Amino acid sequence: MCLAIPMTVKRIEGTRALAEAYGVEKYVDIVMTPDVAVGDKVIIHAGFVIERLDPESAREIEAAWDEYHRAMNDEKETGRPDGA
Amino acid sequence: MNNDNIRELADAFRSLRLKRDLRIMEVCGTHTTEFFRTGVRDVFPEGLALIDGPGCPVCVTPNDYLDRAIEIARVHGVTVATFGDMVKVPSSYSSLAAEKAQGLHLEVVYSPLDALEFAAANPGIEVMFLSVGFETTAPTEAVAVQRARERNIGNFSILCGNKLTPPAVKALLDAGETRIDGFILPGHVSAIIGVEPWRFAADSYGKPGVVAGFEAYDLITATTTLVRLIEAKRYVVENGYARVVRDRGNPKAREIMYTVFEERDAHWRGIGIIPDSGLALRDAYADFDAWLRFPVEPPPAREHPGCRCGDLLRGLILPTDCGLFGTACTPENAVGPCMVSSEGPCSAYYKYGGL
Ligand code: SF4
Repeated sequence: MCLAIPMTVKRIEGTRALAEAYGVEKYVDIVMTPDVAVGDKVIIHAGFVIERLDPESAREIEAAWDEYHRAMNDEKETGRPDGA
Repeated sequence: MNNDNIRELADAFRSLRLKRDLRIMEVCGTHTTEFFRTGVRDVFPEGLALIDGPGCPVCVTPNDYLDRAIEIARVHGVTVATFGDMVKVPSSYSSLAAEKAQGLHLEVVYSPLDALEFAAANPGIEVMFLSVGFETTAPTEAVAVQRARERNIGNFSILCGNKLTPPAVKALLDAGETRIDGFILPGHVSAIIGVEPWRFAADSYGKPGVVAGFEAYDLITATTTLVRLIEAKRYVVENGYARVVRDRGNPKAREIMYTVFEERDAHWRGIGIIPDSGLALRDAYADFDAWLRFPVEPPPAREHPGCRCGDLLRGLILPTDCGLFGTACTPENAVGPCMVSSEGPCSAYYKYGGL
């Protein structure tokens, strides 16, 4: 029941926003996240934005991933098992 | 991140060597399903067991709640609005689906606001929304009540069965019936409550936890982190879903939730009464309280003979340990809620083939 999906905010109209994911658009309530802005990625649950996706942290994941990948490659080259 | 990367990560995860066998619990029902659906459960390293916890709101809702909803509909003729997950759940003697066949008015909604709009559009009928859910869902239900007040929609009410998750985890730890070495903590509950409310598990019980997201990447990294914390005896709670979960959660959502609701003892299937683990409408919102507005005396609740949902929700058994699993109990013909709810452990094991 706590399933929630990421969507992107297209437009804001008072306490609701038009959000889009995979070409599907729907209105969602933004009363819990009054500072959302057009272009934000948001998490939707039961018709509400419950939180914004933090682009910084999302980038951190990518960075952590790159790092992990580099370490794995190093490990392959040097045989050191401390890659991950 | 592409599929090759994930495969590589999965390989590394599978070859993780554990110092000893570990038992970790996933508290969230959505995680139960996602561990299967993403295939992460198939690449668990040897010696690591994932046990299901009390994290499916539909499953932990005891029969007496649904018995009351049905009795109210029968006696007072109200229309029942509900999330779809509740429709086929067996009550003590019936189910909403069975009652619908007998003439009960049922409105399945995606959002509590849809139930409110339905009430607004049909002023001649009473609409009772089944307010079930954890901290993720409660604020959405609180907003529906606030809007009903603002818009003076008098034919809308909720039957409050909301529950709070940290007290349930504490109750399991206090009962000490099964060994749990650490917790994969719910991502979207934590988006509302933050990381702080979980620290007691690490601080007072020596059980580390990691808040996790729902993609394969999230599940693997959170589980790996949890294994490392347990092995290093580092009793902390970490946030593995920082792109959504802030350490302090969403204060605005909590403010809304606690404006409308207050904490109260609540009855959990299989666990019993847990102090301050549920929500009830505050007196100021009593007008919208279906418990008060529609007095009924439902027949005494009874359990489904042979169903072991209660043991399952306490982490004592796996779904496949239930004698009815896959034979007398299937999603089409469910004996207990754990087989009905899309995030119930029995339904997940059935759908994805078990282990
Ligand atoms: S398999 Fe069915 S009867 Fe057995 S515990 Fe699960 S829901 Fe209950």
